[in-house]
Amino acid sequence: MYRYDEFDARLVTERVEQFRRQAQRRLSGELTEDQFKPLRLMNGLYLQLHAYMMRINIPYGALSSKQMRQLAHIARTYDKGYGHFTTRQNIQYNWIQLKNVPDALADLAAVEMHGIQSSGNCIRNTTSDQYAGVARDELEDPRVYCEIIRQWSTLHPEFSFLPRKFKIAVTGSPNDRAAVKLHDIGLRMHQNEQGKTGFEVIVGGGQGRTPFVGKTIRDWLAPEHLLSYLEAILRVYNLDGRRDNKYKARIKILVHQIGTDEFRRLVDTEWQQIKDGALNLPQSEIDRINAYFTPPAYAQIDDETESLNEQRTQNPAFDAWVQANLAEHKVSGYSIVNISLKSPKLPPGDVTAVQMDALADLADEYSFSELRVNHRQNLVLADVPQKDLLSLWTKLIELDLATPNIGLISDIIACPGLDYCALANARSIPLAQEIHQRFQDIDKVHDIGELTINISGCMNACGHHHVGHIGILGVDKRGKEFYQFTLGGSSDQNASLGDRTGKGFPADEAVNAVEKILNTYIMVRNDGERFLETYRRVGMKPFKEALYGSA
Amino acid sequence: MVLLKNGTVETDLYTDVSSADKLPEKGAILVSLTQWQDQGDALTKRLDALGIVLQSDEKPEHIANDLAHFDVIALEFPTFNDGRAYSYARLLRERYNYQGELRAVGDVLLEQLHFMHRVGFNSFNIQSKNAIKDWEVAAADISIWYQPSSDNRTPVIKLRHDN
Repeated sequence: MYRYDEFDARLVTERVEQFRRQAQRRLSGELTEDQFKPLRLMNGLYLQLHAYMMRINIPYGALSSKQMRQLAHIARTYDKGYGHFTTRQNIQYNWIQLKNVPDALADLAAVEMHGIQSSGNCIRNTTSDQYAGVARDELEDPRVYCEIIRQWSTLHPEFSFLPRKFKIAVTGSPNDRAAVKLHDIGLRMHQNEQGKTGFEVIVGGGQGRTPFVGKTIRDWLAPEHLLSYLEAILRVYNLDGRRDNKYKARIKILVHQIGTDEFRRLVDTEWQQIKDGALNLPQSEIDRINAYFTPPAYAQIDDETESLNEQRTQNPAFDAWVQANLAEHKVSGYSIVNISLKSPKLPPGDVTAVQMDALADLADEYSFSELRVNHRQNLVLADVPQKDLLSLWTKLIELDLATPNIGLISDIIACPGLDYCALANARSIPLAQEIHQRFQDIDKVHDIGELTINISGCMNACGHHHVGHIGILGVDKRGKEFYQFTLGGSSDQNASLGDRTGKGFPADEAVNAVEKILNTYIMVRNDGERFLETYRRVGMKPFKEALYGSA
Repeated sequence: MVLLKNGTVETDLYTDVSSADKLPEKGAILVSLTQWQDQGDALTKRLDALGIVLQSDEKPEHIANDLAHFDVIALEFPTFNDGRAYSYARLLRERYNYQGELRAVGDVLLEQLHFMHRVGFNSFNIQSKNAIKDWEVAAADISIWYQPSSDNRTPVIKLRHDN
C-alpha cells in the first residue's frame, strides 16, 4: 500500500501543529465557536448532539495493521473504547474532547493518517473498490489513481471553499463496488478500442434530498489528462455551482439545471485551456505511485477446493460463512474475506478497541498485514490463503466478527440516526437491529438471498436509502418517528433510485412492512431471481397491495 | 482594518468609491464593474491610479481586455466560504496574465491568507492587531504543496522527480 515519503509526512505533521494552535485559541476563549467552526471543519471535527465527533480518512479504504492498532489506541485513550466505520471509508469517533484532539491527530500522523478535508465544502476522501488489486474481474488497480487524486486534492488552494462538499470515487472493475454513479465525480476505468486503459467520467450523481444517478460526460479520458480534466470540472463547479441554497449547491443540481451537454461543453472549453499544462501526469509519477501497489509475495498454491469442501460439510456454520462472506481472489489458493460489522450486538459499522487490536493481529497472521474498509461499513481481509480459512473463522467467531451475512438481509447500511446525529428525524440503528432480530433463521435468510436494506434517519440520506433494494427513510410526523419505504434502488453499474411505496409506517410497524415486502417477493419471484430483479420485472403493484391492501 | 501587501502593512492609497454616485476628479480610486462599464472613457482620462472591485458574482472575463487600465483589482469575499474569487484570481493571473496588485477584500480570514496567496493575491484587507506577525504565521504554517498554482511554490511532484 502507499507509504508517506518525507513530503507527505511533513505536510500532515505541520497540519497537526497548525490545528493545535487553533484549538488552543478556542480553548483559551480567543476564538468563539462560530469563528472556530470553519477551522475545525477543515480538520474533520464536527459538533454533534452530545460531544465533538472526529472523522478520520481511510484513503480508498486501505489500512495497515499498524494503523488499525493506532485506531484502537485512539478509541481507548480519547474515546469510549470504540469507533464507527462510515459509508465513505472513514472512521468516526463520537465522544472526543476538544482538548484531546490535537494529541489524537498527532498519534494518527505518526501512522500516516489524518482528518484533513473529511468535512467542509471541499474535496473529500476519494473512495474506491474494497477489492482493488485482488478482484478477479479487475482491469487495472484504481488505488494508484485514488492516491494521485488524494494528493492533488489535499489543501488545494482553489477548491477549499466550493459551493458544497465534493466526493470522487474510482472503480477499476466492470462490476462497480464503489458506487461511482452516485458520486459528484465517478471514474470507471476501462479500455478504449486501442486497448489503452482510461477513465469514463461520470458527473453529478448523488443522494441526499435530491438524488440523481450520474451522467457520463466523457467516455474515455487518458490517464495523463486525469488531473487537468478534474481541475476543469471543479473550476466550472466552483464558478457556476449554486451558492444561494445549501440544498441546491451540489454539482448534481448544476448538471441537472444546465443539462449534461451544456455542462460538458463548459468543462471541455475550460479543459482546452489547461490541458497539456503543469497538471499533466508524467508516466514517471504514475509508475512511482504504482510501485507502492506491487502485489504481495503470494505463495504458488492451488485452490483448496477439496479440503475446503470437506471442512464445509463437517461444519454448517463455517459453510454459511464461506458461502456469504467470501469473494473470488485473482490468485489461486487465496480468498477475499469479508468481515461483517453487522452483528446484532453492535450498531452497524461499530468496532470496539479490543476487536480492532485483534483484527490487526489477524491481518498480520493471515493477510499480509493489511485490511480494507468498504462503503457498506464492513471490513475486508483481502489476501487470505484458503488453507487458513477455517482457522481464521474460528478466531473471528470468538471476536463476534464472523456474522455470515455479507450481501444478505441483515447486512444493513444505517446512518447514526437520532441516537447520535443532530440532523436526524428518526432512529436508524434500533430499526436495523430489529430487522436483524426478526430475520434470524439462516435458511430463510439464504432463501431471501442477495438483498440490501439501507436506512437513513433523515432526508440527507447518509444511510443511502435511495439505492437500497429496500430503502427506509425515517421522518418526523408530529413528533413521532415514521418510516417511508422505497423499492428497487441500486448503487452498482446498473445504478437506479428506489421508488416510494406510499405513506410511511410508525416505528412499531416498520419491521412488519419489511416482512410483507419480502413475503411478496417470495410469492412472485421466478426461480433463482434476486429481489432486485423481481422488482424490476413486476414493478410496484404487488408490493403496494401487500403493504396497503388493494384499494 | 489594515492593508497587508507583500508581507508588510501599507497605507491604503485608494478610496473605494464603488458605491458612490459621483466619481472624484482627483485621487486614487477603486470603482465598481458598472462604473467602469458606464464611465470607462472618463476613468481612463484621469491621471491618478485606478482600481476595480469585482463582486463575487462578477467574473473577470468582463474586464479581460481592460486589464492594462487597472493598477489594482480587488476581489470581494462576501463571506469567507464563498470561494469563487479563488478561481477568479487564478484566471486573472494564469489566463489573462494580469501582473498588477490583486487584493482580497471583504470577509478575509487569517487562516485563508495562505490559500489566497497561492492563487495569486498579493494584498489583503484584514482585521488584525499584528498583521505582519499573522502573515508570517499563515505563510509558514504549511510548507508542502501538491498542486501547481499561481504562486512560485514548487509542487511536490517536481521536488520528487527533479532530484
